[in-house]
Amino acid sequence: MASGYSAKEEDGHHSGALGPAGGAAVRSRKPDNTAFKQQRLPAWQPILTAGTVLPAFFIIGLLFIPIGIGLYVTSNNIRELQIDYTGTESSSPCFACSQNYSWNMTTPCVCSVSFSLDQPFESNVFMYYGLSNFYQNHRRYVKSRDDSQLNGNLNSLKEPSKECEPYRTNDGKPIAPCGAIANSLFNDTLALYYNDPNGTETQIQLVKRGIAWWTDKHVKFRNPVGDDSNLTAIFQGTAKPVNWQKPVYELDSDPENNGFINEDLIVWMRTAALPTFRKLYRIIEKNSSTSPTLPRGNYTLKITYNYPVRSFEGRKRMILSTISWMGGKNPFLGIAYITVGSICFFLGVVLLIIHHKYGSRSSSADLTH
Amino acid sequence: MLQQCTGEENWVDSRTVYIGHREPPPGTEAYIPQRFPDNRIVSSKYTFWNFVPKNLFEQFRRIANFYFLIIFLVQLIIDTPTSPITSGLPLFFVITVTAIKQGYEDWLRHKADNAVNQCPVHIIQHGKVVRKQSHKLRVGDIVLVKEDETFPCDLILLSTSRDDGTCFVTTASLDGESSHKTYYAVQDTKSFNTEQELDTLRATIECEQPQPDLYKFVGRINIYQERDEPIARPLGSENVLLRGATLKNTEYVYAVAIYTGMETKMALNYQSKSQKRSAVEKSMNAFLIVYLCILLSKALINTVLKYVWQANPNRDEPWYNEKTESERQRHVLIRAFTDFLAFMVLFNYIIPVSMYVTVEMQKFLGSYFITWDEEMFDDEIGEGALVNTSDLNEELGQVEYIFTDKTGTLTENNMEFIECCVDGHVYVPHAICNGQILPGALGIDMIDSSPGPDGKEHEELFFRALCLCHTVQVKEEETVDGIKRGIHQGKGTSFYISSSPDEVALVEGMKRLGFTYLRLKDNHMEILNREDEIERFELLEVLNFDSVRRRMSVIVRSGTGELYLFCKGADSSIFPRVISGKVEQVRARVEHNAVEGLRTLCVAYKLLTFEEYQDICQLLETAKLALQERDKKLAEAYDAIERDFILLGATAVEDRLQDKAADTIESLHKAGMKVWVLTGDKMETAAATCYASKLFRRSTQILELTTKRTEEQNLHDVLFDLSRTVLRQHGSLTRDTFSGLSNEFQDYGLIIDGATLTAVMKPDQDGSTGNYKEIFLEICRNCSAVLCCRMAPLQKAQIVKLIKFSKEHPITLAIGDGANDVSMILEAHVGIGIMGKEGRQAARNSDYAIPKFKHLKKMLLVHGHYYYIRIAELVQYFFYKNVCFIFPQFLYQFFCGFSQQPLYDTAYLTLYNISFTSLPILLYSLIEQHINMDILKRDPSLYRDIAKNSLLRWRIFIYWTFLGVFDAVVFFFGAYFLFDNTTFTSNGQLMTTNTQMMFGNWTFGTLVFTVLVFTVTLKLALDTHYWTWINHFVIWGSLLFYVVFSLLWGGIIWPFLNYQRMYYVFMQMLSSGPAWLCIILLITVSLLPDVVKKVMCRALWPTTTERIQTKRKCLNVEQSTIFMLSQTSSSISF
Repeated sequence: MASGYSAKEEDGHHSGALGPAGGAAVRSRKPDNTAFKQQRLPAWQPILTAGTVLPAFFIIGLLFIPIGIGLYVTSNNIRELQIDYTGTESSSPCFACSQNYSWNMTTPCVCSVSFSLDQPFESNVFMYYGLSNFYQNHRRYVKSRDDSQLNGNLNSLKEPSKECEPYRTNDGKPIAPCGAIANSLFNDTLALYYNDPNGTETQIQLVKRGIAWWTDKHVKFRNPVGDDSNLTAIFQGTAKPVNWQKPVYELDSDPENNGFINEDLIVWMRTAALPTFRKLYRIIEKNSSTSPTLPRGNYTLKITYNYPVRSFEGRKRMILSTISWMGGKNPFLGIAYITVGSICFFLGVVLLIIHHKYGSRSSSADLTH
Repeated sequence: MLQQCTGEENWVDSRTVYIGHREPPPGTEAYIPQRFPDNRIVSSKYTFWNFVPKNLFEQFRRIANFYFLIIFLVQLIIDTPTSPITSGLPLFFVITVTAIKQGYEDWLRHKADNAVNQCPVHIIQHGKVVRKQSHKLRVGDIVLVKEDETFPCDLILLSTSRDDGTCFVTTASLDGESSHKTYYAVQDTKSFNTEQELDTLRATIECEQPQPDLYKFVGRINIYQERDEPIARPLGSENVLLRGATLKNTEYVYAVAIYTGMETKMALNYQSKSQKRSAVEKSMNAFLIVYLCILLSKALINTVLKYVWQANPNRDEPWYNEKTESERQRHVLIRAFTDFLAFMVLFNYIIPVSMYVTVEMQKFLGSYFITWDEEMFDDEIGEGALVNTSDLNEELGQVEYIFTDKTGTLTENNMEFIECCVDGHVYVPHAICNGQILPGALGIDMIDSSPGPDGKEHEELFFRALCLCHTVQVKEEETVDGIKRGIHQGKGTSFYISSSPDEVALVEGMKRLGFTYLRLKDNHMEILNREDEIERFELLEVLNFDSVRRRMSVIVRSGTGELYLFCKGADSSIFPRVISGKVEQVRARVEHNAVEGLRTLCVAYKLLTFEEYQDICQLLETAKLALQERDKKLAEAYDAIERDFILLGATAVEDRLQDKAADTIESLHKAGMKVWVLTGDKMETAAATCYASKLFRRSTQILELTTKRTEEQNLHDVLFDLSRTVLRQHGSLTRDTFSGLSNEFQDYGLIIDGATLTAVMKPDQDGSTGNYKEIFLEICRNCSAVLCCRMAPLQKAQIVKLIKFSKEHPITLAIGDGANDVSMILEAHVGIGIMGKEGRQAARNSDYAIPKFKHLKKMLLVHGHYYYIRIAELVQYFFYKNVCFIFPQFLYQFFCGFSQQPLYDTAYLTLYNISFTSLPILLYSLIEQHINMDILKRDPSLYRDIAKNSLLRWRIFIYWTFLGVFDAVVFFFGAYFLFDNTTFTSNGQLMTTNTQMMFGNWTFGTLVFTVLVFTVTLKLALDTHYWTWINHFVIWGSLLFYVVFSLLWGGIIWPFLNYQRMYYVFMQMLSSGPAWLCIILLITVSLLPDVVKKVMCRALWPTTTERIQTKRKCLNVEQSTIFMLSQTSSSISF
């Protein structure tokens, strides 16, 4: 606004004083004749017309439908079995366990669920636990962790981040690992038994290593390193999370799977995106090339029932699944691909009609330059 | 007179100025030195010290900035889902950049102020002239101002170099009137005209405190003489020389400063140029409000739902997720409010800071294309187009009404004497006639046979009349001694100046015909006749030109003692007063010339006897002395004097049309713009120019709304008549539309003059004016061209205002070159100045300045069009991409217990608008060309496609918003179904050791975000019609940058972050086959509807633009003309 003012000033007052300098600057400023300045840069000028888009639609249709069919078939070939063992119904074997639950139970409540497989699970089988109505993605929950503590930082071990509140300290001692996520670590123990037709129960070998991201296990999560290689000594002076039965250094006997680098912990610490989620629990590896991993027959799932979900109307499941190249059972992607492919194909046909009816003149001039 | 002054004694507030700071003689009055500001002009806003606080304050007064500040503060204060950096960083960036820009501008203003303030002025101190810097001037100083200097402050005229104590002043830079005005010194001081004499002057001036009215001044001067009572004289506005005005034709004046610095009338009068806002900006603000409402309602909905959902304590606080003690104790209302704020913060990105920055940058950088345009560069004046405000670039694409000045804008303002006609004989100086070049020595060609002796006499009388009847002043370049030499030796040494270029042209024409007007000396006009003899005529009376009479007269006494009255004026005002002469021949010639677009004047004379002269003197004297209704009495006197003429002949002066003016106007018409010519010129000439510039065609039916007509009928009837004519046509047109386009319908041109306009606009007691205005507007709407003649500068602005605020609120553009156009340039939505002959006043006050009228075509049709589509896309796209961005986050709240959990990582939230998606749209908005420049220029009707802000209508805005919501839903639920209850895993081929990895919430967000960035960028790619290497670079570069950034961001444990949630998330996602498939699928699905919509619309309901785009290749010039002809859907006939 004031520039207008001074402009007026110059006008009447001393155009002589400012004039020549400004004038010279202007005079010499004949614009350059460059393509950019004249807005004449060479350019590709595509126009979206029925003609141009048609092939794209058909191509998308022709590509997506087979992909979709492939995905769908693959997904359907995946064997999956889900067993809900929450035990809310009185008929359920775990009803008793779910009812008389308390954190400080001395004797663990064990219940077993029987099920049968109609078809054998051929390749490696993945065992998941699934929780519903469990808001791992709640903001207060998601941020309630200390990554630096989990990375083995000794300072954070003694002085956990404020984000961990109210699971930061217990009786004045810092909690390791701190925070709501760690505190609520899933602690049901699942064991799978095969009921041989001859009546014997064989426990199925469950592999607990290799269920977490490699980078998480080896980089992001690290046990604190002290003078002592003994984890117990290093965690001296820290408290276990209130809901845990054992301290963090007693999670597993295997030193490579103990402390912060316990894979069950690592898996749990990766908060799920949605309130209904499943997490990898164990892997059942295929032993011999001839027999299926899980042959047809009857099985028993023995659950050491520790994890309470009744209070928030949650549900617990055990899932057994084989996988394919595209992961677990997921019909959605296949169906979506088929649908989108078909729509594209259909639209292609519609556009073809339109193109012939209305746009015959404009067919030639789609692309220039 | 003293009595009169004492009557005004009770001024509320007055100041006493001691001339020359000399105390009055003791005893008269107490000498109270008053303090006044010095003459410093301050236009800068900041000083070094207050810059930071003041600038920050100014910036946060902008609603948008304030909003972001609040968001930032909320983030700082309460526990919000996102870190304060996400909004603090962009805000800091914006504020800093703006502060730097404003600081730089203010520094420039400081420099300009200093230049003004240090400009030297001459002050009389103790009888000597002292040079001082302008800002040191104080009230009471006596200032010496020389010819062509500007007054440094408001002054009271004391004495001048002229004996009569008058001086001439032009106030062109103040009010736009370029004519010379006379100012008077008080009789009692006019004799003090040397420094020494002034030193003896003892006087005080009492006057009111400064007030902005330029034409009002009340004061009095008390002159003290030896021991006498002081003489008091009233002072009025005719004694006040205003700062900014320039002294003309007066060697020097002495004056005393009364108002200085920021108290001068000019400074008080200076209103900040009202901030013009473009239609696009208004739409943008409207959209912003919608989005603000969306934001508020989103936050509100979520807050309410949160508390409904949390009513169950096991949901609010399950055992695994307990609150801290302090959270629990907080009052529920405070919690709810904090939650509401937290939601606001979470969703605040829907109104992005970066949009303002991008829009500003687009405007600022984009405007360079105007200055760079070589086609708008004029070699003659060596200048290209200038951009004074870049805020209005896109408004150039929205113009509906063009108000153009005639002289200097449509025409060259280069008057040339073409011919004169004496008694029907035509004289053409220096011209080609009948195919042969006539010798220029005498420069006279007689088309008709040589006139007889009587004719000869008339001829010479005619030439003399033209030499005498004018107010031209002669300006010599040389000193007084050189005058004689100058006259005898060459013609270049002296030149004529006048407020009317026509008069100059006439006098120069006469010079070429052999009669040279030399000068006015001692009240005698000297003419050098063909025989090189000097004839002297005593100038007795000048009856000045005025626009009502439209003529002027002089009474002279020839050397032989005869008294002549010469009169020249418009044909319409001369012919009725003529009693003899060859009226018919002259009239025929005048009409012929007028049709040719020449400016014609008629010349007549009468011989006066001494008695008649005495009577005339008497008549004039009484009229001039009349105290009441002086103007009316003068007019009556003139009317009585100027009659019974003998017609001599007529002149024709040409004001050539500017290069390609007609072509430009035709293009603008075709582009759907209405062109109005506003001129101070007379109707006939203006109409002729209009015909010449194809504003009116031969077929145009002219409607006249002029004083002449309203004299016959009353205004009411005329208006109703005209509107009936227009509307009948309109009605019949709608009935006949099916009869085909061959039936060329009538188009109308309206001519209105200033006086009638005033009558139309004048508010009546009974309030029927609104009616008149409405009818007038109704008529105007139906006219393709309107000519307003005899307009005062303010009336021009009034007309613009009238149209601007009419019910359709059309976008107006005013273009002009002179100071008298400034008011309308400032008033219109877009003001364009032509760097013309009448100074640079218009160019300075305009928003854009161009060298020639013809450049308007490219300015509007090409630049305006481009800027509009660019910014329209920019605005829509920005809202779109932020809906896409934020809506998934909103949806996510439903799945995370309304806990304000952000879907995306902080880095993504911060950088989305700043870096991932900012450059492609900025570059698009700078270089997009949906149609080639040449086609835009060749086919003006394309301009109609974007008229009325068509790309920012609510319908289109809603389409974009829904597209954004659709895309957001696709992103979110696509990812949702992929994650929901399924094992979404990486395939383990890349990461050999880990095979079946679960993905968490951050992977979910990253997947959505990746799809989002790709979709949004590809959407822009689909909209781009002009792919230069820059576009390729920026679009693909942005995507690449996103990928590289994500890899980097997740690739390292960042030591300074207290969380490592993104660690390897992106890589893990990319190592999963389904994630890839999902990304491809979701991008396809999100882009599909838009592509289909575009293709369908193009095929089924193509706009003109689209048709041209499609057909571009097969078109050549001829076909395009046919094509244009085929679309006479408009009211314009070809």
